[in-house]
Amino acid sequence: MEKEESSKIIRLAHGAGGVLQEELIKFITKDITLKNVNNGIGVEELDDGATIPLKDYDKEIVITADGHTVFPLFFPGGDLGKLSVCGTVNDILMMGAKPLALTSIIIIEEGFNFDTLQKIVHSLNSTATEACVAIIAGDTKVMPRGTLNEIIIATTGIGIKDKKIKIVDNGLKPGDNIIITGSIGDHGTALMANREGLNISTDLESDVSILIEIFNAIKKEIDENLIHAMKDPTRGGMAGALNDWASKSNVSIVIDEEKIPIKKQVSAICDMLGLDSFNIACEGRALMAVDSNQSEIILQKIKKTKLGRDAMIIGEVQKDNPGRVLLKTIVGGTRFIDMPLGEPIPRIC
Amino acid sequence: MDVPGIDILRRKDFTEKIINSINRLAKEINRPLKFMHVCGTHEHTISKFGLRTLLPKKIEILSGPGCPVCICPAADIDKAIEIGKRDNTILTTFGDMIRVPATNISLAELKAKGADVRIVYGPNDAIKIAKENPDKEVIFFAIGFETTAPLIGYEIQSNPPSNFSVICAHKLIPAALELLMSQSLLNIDGFISPGHVSVIIGLKPYEIFSQGYRIPNVIAGFEPNDVLLSILMLLKQVRDKRFDTLNEYSRVVKPEGNLMAQKIIADVFESVSSPWRGIGRVSEGGLAIKEKYQDFDADEKFNITIEKSQDIPPGCSCHLVMVGKLYPYECSLFRKKCTPLNPIGPCMVSMEGTCSIYYKYHKEEG
Repeated sequence: MEKEESSKIIRLAHGAGGVLQEELIKFITKDITLKNVNNGIGVEELDDGATIPLKDYDKEIVITADGHTVFPLFFPGGDLGKLSVCGTVNDILMMGAKPLALTSIIIIEEGFNFDTLQKIVHSLNSTATEACVAIIAGDTKVMPRGTLNEIIIATTGIGIKDKKIKIVDNGLKPGDNIIITGSIGDHGTALMANREGLNISTDLESDVSILIEIFNAIKKEIDENLIHAMKDPTRGGMAGALNDWASKSNVSIVIDEEKIPIKKQVSAICDMLGLDSFNIACEGRALMAVDSNQSEIILQKIKKTKLGRDAMIIGEVQKDNPGRVLLKTIVGGTRFIDMPLGEPIPRIC
Repeated sequence: MDVPGIDILRRKDFTEKIINSINRLAKEINRPLKFMHVCGTHEHTISKFGLRTLLPKKIEILSGPGCPVCICPAADIDKAIEIGKRDNTILTTFGDMIRVPATNISLAELKAKGADVRIVYGPNDAIKIAKENPDKEVIFFAIGFETTAPLIGYEIQSNPPSNFSVICAHKLIPAALELLMSQSLLNIDGFISPGHVSVIIGLKPYEIFSQGYRIPNVIAGFEPNDVLLSILMLLKQVRDKRFDTLNEYSRVVKPEGNLMAQKIIADVFESVSSPWRGIGRVSEGGLAIKEKYQDFDADEKFNITIEKSQDIPPGCSCHLVMVGKLYPYECSLFRKKCTPLNPIGPCMVSMEGTCSIYYKYHKEEG
C-alpha cells in the first residue's frame, strides 16, 4: 500500500525526457478525444510537432508547443528568452518546415523585477528576429509570490511545409548515416557547472541557438527527402533521441564513440559528477538520419555553416537488433546505449 | 582539467597492444580463468567501455561486493528510517542511498510521506545544516568503505555541534576480500582490487591474503586501459605461479596509503564484526564509533534497535550477484519486475550496483 501511495506522485524525473516523461505524456494524452486534424501528425505520434494538412493545397501547417523554465535565468551563452524561441523554432525546423510565427505566454511571479523582464524580452525578440519569425500573439499572467519560481514562458510555433516532405521519427532506413551538427551536452553541462554548490569554474557555454542556418544550407536535400529524420536532442540528450528513433523506426543505430564531437570540459565535468554525457541536453544541435549516398555532401554543407563546423557522421542505421542503440567504444568494445531514465543525478563516489 | 598522461589510458592503440598480450598469455595458460573485482566503479568502467567484449572468451570477469550502497544491511536503513520519523529531525545521506529498498520502505518513501530527508554531497554539508538548525537533531547516515570513513571521522574529531550525530554503517574491504578468498567454491584465479580504497589503506592489508590464500591480486585504476593492464598483470602472475599484491595504480596509490586518513580512522572508529547485505556477518568487516566520541553516535543517542529486517526480498538474487555466483541476467526478476525505476533488490538502485550497470550497458544477455 505504502508503495502505491508514493508512486502516484509526479516526481521531478517525470519531466526529464526519459522513460518517466513518456509515461506522464501518455497519462495525459490518453484522455484526449480528438488527436489530429485531417489525418496529419497528431499528439499521439509524440514527434517534435504536429501537422495540419490543408485540403486542396500541397502545403501543411506545422505547430509545436513548448514550456520553458530554466535555472539560473541567465546562463553562459544564453537566457530564458533566447531558450524559449530556440526550443520552439528548432522543433518546427526539425519537421522540415519554414518557421513563420510564434505566440508567447509569459507567467510571472509577483515581485519579479521589470529590468530582468526587459532583458528576457529583448533576448526573446532578437532571437526571433534572427530567424525572421514574428511574435504575433501572447498572454501574460501574474501569480502570487511563492506559487511559481520567478518566470515561465510558453511558446507555440507555427510553420509551413510541403506535404511531400516527410521528416519523421519513424523514417529511419537501414543503411542511413547519422549526423550530429556539433558537440554534445554543452547546454546541460554549462548549466550544471553554474548551479549553486558545485563551484566548477569553466569557460563552457550553452549551445543554445536557432538551427535556421543549417536548415537553409540543406534545404535542397530536405525538399528531396534525402533527410529521413531530424531531431534536436534536448531533454534526454543524444541517447534519448537515438533510442526514440530506433524504437519508432524499428531499426538499430550503431554509433562510433570516437566520432562523437564532445568538448573536453563536458567530458571532464560529466566524469566528475558521474553523469553520462550522452544523456545531457543540447539546445542548438541537430541529429539527422540521412541517405548514405548523400551523407558526405550533406555533411560538407553543414560544416560550412557557423553553427555546424564541428558536424560529424557518427554512426549508421542497421537492421539487426531492432529498437536498440549500440556504441562502439573508444577502446574498441561494444555496449548498449540505453534510454535515459529520468533526471540525471550526480553520484556519490 | 586534464590529468597529464591520462589520454594514453583511453587510447585505442594502447588498448590493442594490451589485448594482444592478454590473448597471447591466455593462450599460453590455456584454461578458463575467473577474475573478480570488488568495486562498483570498476564494473562501471568495464561495462561502459565494453571491455568484456574485447577479452578472450576464456577470461571471465566477475563482479564482487563492491557497491557500498548495495552491501548496506536493510537493518541499518530501517534504523535510519526509524530515526528519520522522529519530530524535529533532519536525516541526511548520500544521493544513491535514499532509493534503496529496506525491509518495508525506502528513505525516499519516508521523504514522500513528509519526513525531512536531505541528500548531501558529504558530511560537511550535514554539519552546515546542523549549525543552521540548532533546535533540530541532524543525523548523517554514513555509508561507504575506507574511502568515505576519514571524511566522517574528521568531522567527528572537529567538535561538531551537539545536535549532530552519525549512523555509522561503514564497511572495510580487506575483511570481505578475505571472506571471499576463503570460499573455495568461487574458484577465483585473481582479484582486481579497488584503487580508491587502496589510496587510503595502501598495499599491506592485501598482502596477507594474496599470499595466505595463494591468489594473485592487482590494485587497479579506473580508466579502461588501467583495468586491462591489471588483467594482464594477473595473467602474468597466473602463468608464473606467483601470488603477489601488485600496484597498477601507482600514479595514485602509495604502498603505505594515506597515513593521515588512517590515523583519523584509528582515532575515531574501531573495527567490529559487521553484517553485509547479501553476504552475512563479516568478522572485522565494519567500523563503529569509539566510546570517546559516543556523543555523536546516533546509536547511543537514540537507542533504536531493529528487531527483524529483510535484506533480500523473495525472488531477488542480489546476494548471489554480489559474490559473483550469478550474472544479473540470470535472475528471474532482472529487466522484468526489477528495473532501475522500480528496484526490488539493492543492486538495481545505485549507479555502482551490478544489476543497474548491466541494465544500462549490456547489449545482450549472456
